[in-house]
Amino acid sequence: MSVLVFAEGSEGEIKKSSHEAISYAAEVAKRNNSTVTAVVIGAYPAAPLESLGKYGATKVLHVNNDKLNQPLVLPYASVVAEAAKKENADLVVLPKSSVVDAMVSRLAAKLGAGLVTNVIDLPDTSSGFKVKRSIFTGKAFASVEITSPVKVITVAKNAYPVTETGGNASVESFSPSISDDDFKVALKSVEKATGDVLLTEADIVVSGGRGLKGPENWHLVTDLAKALGAATGCSKPVSDLDWRPHHEHVGQTGVKVSPNLYIALGISGAIQHLAGVNSSKVIVVVNKDPEAPFFKAADYGIVGDVFEVVPKLIEAAKALK
Amino acid sequence: MKILVCISHVPDTTSKITFTDNNTKFNSAGVQYIIGPYDEYALSRAVEIKEEKGGTVTVLNVGEADTEPTIRKALAIGADDAIRVNAFPKDAFFVAKQIAAIAQSEKYDMILMGRESIDYNSGLVHGLVGEYLGIPSISPVMKLDIEGDKAVMAREIEGGKEYVETTFPFVAGCQEPIAEWKIPNMRGIMSARTKPLKVVEPVAVEENTKYLSYELPAPKGACKMVDASNPAQLFDLLKNEAKVL
Ligand SMILES: Cc1cc2nc3c(=O)[nH]c(=O)nc-3n(C[C@H](O)[C@H](O)[C@H](O)COP(=O)(O)OP(=O)(O)OC[C@H]3O[C@@H](n4cnc5c(N)ncnc54)[C@H](O)[C@@H]3O)c2cc1C
Ligand SMILES: Nc1ncnc2c1ncn2[C@@H]1O[C@H](COP(=O)(O)O)[C@@H](O)[C@H]1O
Repeated sequence: MSVLVFAEGSEGEIKKSSHEAISYAAEVAKRNNSTVTAVVIGAYPAAPLESLGKYGATKVLHVNNDKLNQPLVLPYASVVAEAAKKENADLVVLPKSSVVDAMVSRLAAKLGAGLVTNVIDLPDTSSGFKVKRSIFTGKAFASVEITSPVKVITVAKNAYPVTETGGNASVESFSPSISDDDFKVALKSVEKATGDVLLTEADIVVSGGRGLKGPENWHLVTDLAKALGAATGCSKPVSDLDWRPHHEHVGQTGVKVSPNLYIALGISGAIQHLAGVNSSKVIVVVNKDPEAPFFKAADYGIVGDVFEVVPKLIEAAKALK
Repeated sequence: MKILVCISHVPDTTSKITFTDNNTKFNSAGVQYIIGPYDEYALSRAVEIKEEKGGTVTVLNVGEADTEPTIRKALAIGADDAIRVNAFPKDAFFVAKQIAAIAQSEKYDMILMGRESIDYNSGLVHGLVGEYLGIPSISPVMKLDIEGDKAVMAREIEGGKEYVETTFPFVAGCQEPIAEWKIPNMRGIMSARTKPLKVVEPVAVEENTKYLSYELPAPKGACKMVDASNPAQLFDLLKNEAKVL
């Protein structure tokens, strides 16, 4: 079984979720006496590419083409498909990300491969190739068999730990053929919050709900997040009311997060909010209502007023360092 | 503008999820079914565009006869006609092949869908349909405007959004805040009963994934309470007991 991993990053650094995907692929390859090749698209210095060897990639295909310096869904699908064919990969592993979510089904269709997204565990290869995936927005799991010869999977964030095993990877430059058809969608501009920890990549998330009463109180959320090195999130009404940008909205209809620690401040814990956070490792809830449904899904709780409790938490978090 | 909106028929977001037949089948007893919430955003935007620019909105569902009330609801919201592909939606590949087969002959300007279905949460159908038809697919789209012969869209990305532009035809996977959900009015509900709903048989698709069994997550233990007068204790527990700091 030859394994190809799509590794992704930004500003010259590969993301942690890609390190997780390579670690995952390396374990699958090891069990099948095979090796892992990673494909990376964009301008990167040699060091972060070579260091993918640490997580188990023996080779890195580096695509450095001016037309592909920004993540573009259609050409990325074509490039990864071409890399998979070149490497005769029978398994392609991708991390979860906004570009992967949009391109992975096109990639699978190009390869005639069966595809499973949101995979949360190593495959069972004792007979056939079976993986476990999360469905019903984290409310259940399914065991799915991929029966096609070539298989594509995306690995959920935090489903497999970053594991350092190997040394350096050899870096090869790879120049795929790029078709004009793949540039029918023109990227006009990007609006991105800078300097913040990304919600989808964060190990700790601090979220605020309507209990915070208004955007003018959001420093409680951001200060606590800052003290913990966390990303900030919010409930749906908070983004509907424009207190916070839409990309921070967590839940069924928003971002699904799976950090090590999720801290909810003044959020009731409606089932649709829980759907986006229920794969977090540890959940902490601060709510003044002891009957708030969120406590049923939490590991630790404080019944109290956010305006009294959170300033103390911020002080305590600062003292942690 | 000739618009196709693909809708899934899914358990209401508050449904209790359980399985039967030795955990090989979803237990639909007592479950309320709805139009997928993302799909409803797609439908609402399609109806708005039709109202602004003229044209038609067709809804398509791949499902057995029990999905017809959900399809009628989409007609009540403002779609003009509907197609049901008479088959159980086995997986995203199967659904996408059915949609592509219909789109091939009908030549829609836009095919709008939800960013993902809320049962299987695959988020795959739009990309597959785009690939099968050889046209662009964009997802998740939070803003969609028609400007002359182009469509301008905002796509959500990590930590923000990007603006893209494309020509027709294309496929888009939609999410909020692309439009407000529309509540059907009495006239809509009445007229939905007589709007055309065509039933077609599926095309054959080679299967490459198989759902074997289901399970529920392990129940959560009790929540440990920390006294509000000493919240600093929380970090002690997170550090030394939960070991997440
Ligand atoms: C189809 C559908 C999809 C949805 N998708 C999502 C989704 O993706 N994400 C999402 O979040 N919601 C979603 N919702 C909405 C969801 O049902 C809830 O309405 C929403 O999560 C409530 O947000 P909230 O907890 O911030 O506000 P509220 O329900 O108003 O709760 C506020 C909480 O703050 C507490 N509080 C108030 N004051 C204080 C104080 N001073 N100190 C401490 N606590 C205080 C209250 O006790 C209460 O529990 C969806 C709904 C539907 C129908
Ligand atoms: N059975 C179905 N019939 C019609 N459209 C569907 C069906 N299932 C999914 N879709 C559409 O495809 C989108 C993505 O679904 P999925 O890839 O299953 O997450 C949904 O939001 C719907 O718009």
